[in-house]
Amino acid sequence: MIVHAHDFFTLLGKIDLHSFAFVRAWRDPSLNQVIAAGAASMVVIGAIALVLLITWLKKWRYLWDEWLTSLDHKKIGIMYIVLAFVMLSRALIEAVLMRTQQAMAVNTPGIVSPDHFAELFSTHGSIMIFFVAMPLLTGLINFVMPQQIGARDVSFPLLNSVSLWLTGAGAGLMMASLVIGKFSTGGWSGYPPFTELTYNAGVGPDYWIWAVTLSSLGSTLTGLNFAVTIYKKRAPGMHLMRLPLFCWTALCTSILMIFAMPPLTVATAMLALDRYLGFHFFTNGMGGNMMNYANLFWLFGHPEVYILILPAFGVYSEVVSAFSSKRLYGYTSLVLATMAIAVLSFTVWLHHFFTMGQNADINGFFGIATMTIGIPTGVKIYDWIWTMFRGEVRFTVPMLYSIAFMMTFVLGGMSGILLAMPPADYLVHNTLFLVAHFHNMLIPGMLYGMIAGYTYWFPKAFGFRLHEGWGKAAFVCWVVGFYLAFMPLYALGLAGVARRTHELFDPAFRPWLIVAEVGGLILLTGLALLFVQLYVSIRDRENNRVPVGDPWDGRGLEWANAAPAPEYNFALIPQVHSRDTFAWRKEHDCAYDPPDEYRDIEMPRNSMSGVIIGVCGGLAGFGLVWHIWWLAALPVLGVIATVIARSFARDVHYTIPAAKVAAEHGEWLRLIRETRPVDRFQETSPANRGLAARVP
Amino acid sequence: MSGPNAGKRHEITTYVIGYVAALVLTGAAFGAVHWHWFADTTTTLAVVFGLALVQIIVHFRFFLHISFSRSARDDLQLILFSTLIVALMVGGTIVILLNLRARMM
Amino acid sequence: MSANEVKHAGLNLGDTDEVTHEQAGEGIFGFWVFLMSDAIVFALLFATYGVMLPGTAGGPTPASEYDMKSAFIETLLLLTSSFTFGLASIAMKHELGRVRLQFWLGITLLLGLAFLGFELHDFASMFSDGAYGSRSGYLSSFFGLVPLHGLHVFFGSLWIVVMMVQVSWFGLDARVKINLLRLGLFWHFLDIVWVGIFSVVYLQGLI
Repeated sequence: MIVHAHDFFTLLGKIDLHSFAFVRAWRDPSLNQVIAAGAASMVVIGAIALVLLITWLKKWRYLWDEWLTSLDHKKIGIMYIVLAFVMLSRALIEAVLMRTQQAMAVNTPGIVSPDHFAELFSTHGSIMIFFVAMPLLTGLINFVMPQQIGARDVSFPLLNSVSLWLTGAGAGLMMASLVIGKFSTGGWSGYPPFTELTYNAGVGPDYWIWAVTLSSLGSTLTGLNFAVTIYKKRAPGMHLMRLPLFCWTALCTSILMIFAMPPLTVATAMLALDRYLGFHFFTNGMGGNMMNYANLFWLFGHPEVYILILPAFGVYSEVVSAFSSKRLYGYTSLVLATMAIAVLSFTVWLHHFFTMGQNADINGFFGIATMTIGIPTGVKIYDWIWTMFRGEVRFTVPMLYSIAFMMTFVLGGMSGILLAMPPADYLVHNTLFLVAHFHNMLIPGMLYGMIAGYTYWFPKAFGFRLHEGWGKAAFVCWVVGFYLAFMPLYALGLAGVARRTHELFDPAFRPWLIVAEVGGLILLTGLALLFVQLYVSIRDRENNRVPVGDPWDGRGLEWANAAPAPEYNFALIPQVHSRDTFAWRKEHDCAYDPPDEYRDIEMPRNSMSGVIIGVCGGLAGFGLVWHIWWLAALPVLGVIATVIARSFARDVHYTIPAAKVAAEHGEWLRLIRETRPVDRFQETSPANRGLAARVP
Repeated sequence: MSGPNAGKRHEITTYVIGYVAALVLTGAAFGAVHWHWFADTTTTLAVVFGLALVQIIVHFRFFLHISFSRSARDDLQLILFSTLIVALMVGGTIVILLNLRARMM
Repeated sequence: MSANEVKHAGLNLGDTDEVTHEQAGEGIFGFWVFLMSDAIVFALLFATYGVMLPGTAGGPTPASEYDMKSAFIETLLLLTSSFTFGLASIAMKHELGRVRLQFWLGITLLLGLAFLGFELHDFASMFSDGAYGSRSGYLSSFFGLVPLHGLHVFFGSLWIVVMMVQVSWFGLDARVKINLLRLGLFWHFLDIVWVGIFSVVYLQGLI
């Protein structure tokens, strides 16, 4: 039988040669297309280089056994963070490209076409939220939280792996959209009717729908997993009011994920039904109601803001307390504030669409609710300041980020209070003022916290500290870059410049835009310096090892084991006596007492179910985007088959014999006896081996 | 502490009570609509929704064994919190969108 | 509230199988959380249905499309299946023999499949009236909500089949018991959603 080229393409749905960015650039070698092809080639060359490198190093087996199929929460956490940094690099480059475009395009078309510009702000936003911020916080919670509550793993280790791989599949779709086809031009919020078939017949919105849906499913499952872990797996004696504050924020974030992700899934699923089956959920005519989309999207979108910010609040609470050598001031008020924020975050979603046309009473209600949420946040700021008060404050990298956060975040919060007033919101709605506001919240309130957490817990993950000097250099870039990039946007927004604008017409705006562009470049330098820091730290790792595991005189249980921690975390599940239980033990000289007896430990075996489900999810998404129906259906069956097959598996644990645990633990205790403790003035010097000197 | 047999009888009774109660409530709701027990539609609708609410509680109590006993406390808290969120989301959606509809008419 | 005192709701295994009962706590609570997350999905679909009800675009209306008799039969089928699943749970808990457990699971499965049959018949007769999801906003919201519940029932039925195989394969080991408890919660939960559907969708439409 002869297969015609035509049949072949039917088999491939809507894909044709023109779908490929390279082909488009070949046929039309304009600057715009060349930029697109350049981005596509970065994806392709990057992927090929990675495969070659792993093959050359003969690391496939290692990667598969030790990482990809691992159910160890620490490794899953690290993989999340690696994913986040890869995606952050892409989205930050896109941001600089947009700033360059706007700085150049004053009364000229600039370097990219309007559609390409729209793709850039859509991918930038979608990636930053779903594939940078979410993986960063999920990774950090994954790594830290079980160790802080004295558990060996999360409640459902396999589900954890499934979540990771679903998120990875979504990220894969985002990357595929650079090479094949085009991404959505509808922004990260994807408002219909613009994203409906009538106005957007291409594959762009479909890429957005399936990438976001995969990641939101992953996040729902993650939230479930974390919440149950914190509820049910705490070490004996770890009452809720003894939880480290990072765990409290993790718990509230998880609860928000459980209840706030479904509205997003509903919204994207309805949009998909509109686009694939001709339904009329959000169309202009035929009884559709596009305002319901805004409603559903922000039912997710507003709690999402707090999903992103709360874990960073947790990090700051840990960091400020550790680097001030004081217990956290106002623990109870911080817990109550966190819970208040979590509940209130479900009552403010309408402030994202004050201008939609509902009456003034409704706007007023939501405006007041929005202002109310500023109160618990303010309480927190004061608590952190009082924690530093008369503490032994050391200006290490995480502490610097915390202080920069407190100052910068308050500014962003104040512009938020302005926006919470409906009449004021009407004036600056949809302008760069809003863009400045939410970057002002999320960069200090999310990114600084995550970098602080990354620096703070890095030694626990890999056994050596990160280089301080390069870390401080990166810090300066992230702070200076932020102010230069976003303060001008406040001014421009007040002057009425609409967000997402491809070309501007008033030369008076240009100086502000150039300053913002310089700020963007400095931010990109900050990211580059983080990579330099990582490289230098790995190169000099022998000087910076902290094998005992407590480099910062930490207060929580996560510092009570070796660095890196053994796969089972604790030789014996610790008994908790107080808040800041590790600090309490150090004060009572019983932090490193050998246990009376060792027991066998059961740990989950590796499983490739997570990988299979993730890969199937990604393939099904790709098939749906391109209307390749066989590719959409088969992987779904694959997922069902995998789940059923897995339910028949019985041999899912392996046992680590007590003798092995005893030997490893004994080795660590011996190391502690041979290590010289350091005081806090030496904590960033090579003398710091991870054992803190007792303060008399 | 009674023996497992008494426990078994008790459990079967629970399911039977739940089943009968659910049947009665369902029958009442359908009957009210089918035979037009109430003159105006608003009352009928209120009765149907009220019966549904009671039936949902019956299901939670007799089929899902949610009670105020200590052993079900976690689940009860979870369900009550979920109810709060559902009320916020559903109530908010309906108020906002019906208000928009009214103002556009 | 110490960790040991926290038992799960659902069918307490405590007085016949203490060990599994202890193990089940975490898994059952996790499943409750999943159900509540799923409940949000349904709640939003209900809200959307309520909002889009007037959006008939001159096409079929609830009164012209719904069949009360069919809705009543479906309700009875699902309600009875909830009851028979309860009997299966008791057979499992009190170890009344695998045959009895399989029998009640089988009856539940048949009732579930009969429900699906009636529902598909409903949809088919709506289609024959031209009442497709693509006809109007109101019908979109109907076909977003009701078939999703049907899809849940379908997967629940598939799950029953898998569990029947596992019961004959493994007997009643801890994992089978825990999964049967979860399946029970799922099945009863679907019944609760259906109470919402017959009240909000069918009866409201037929008043």
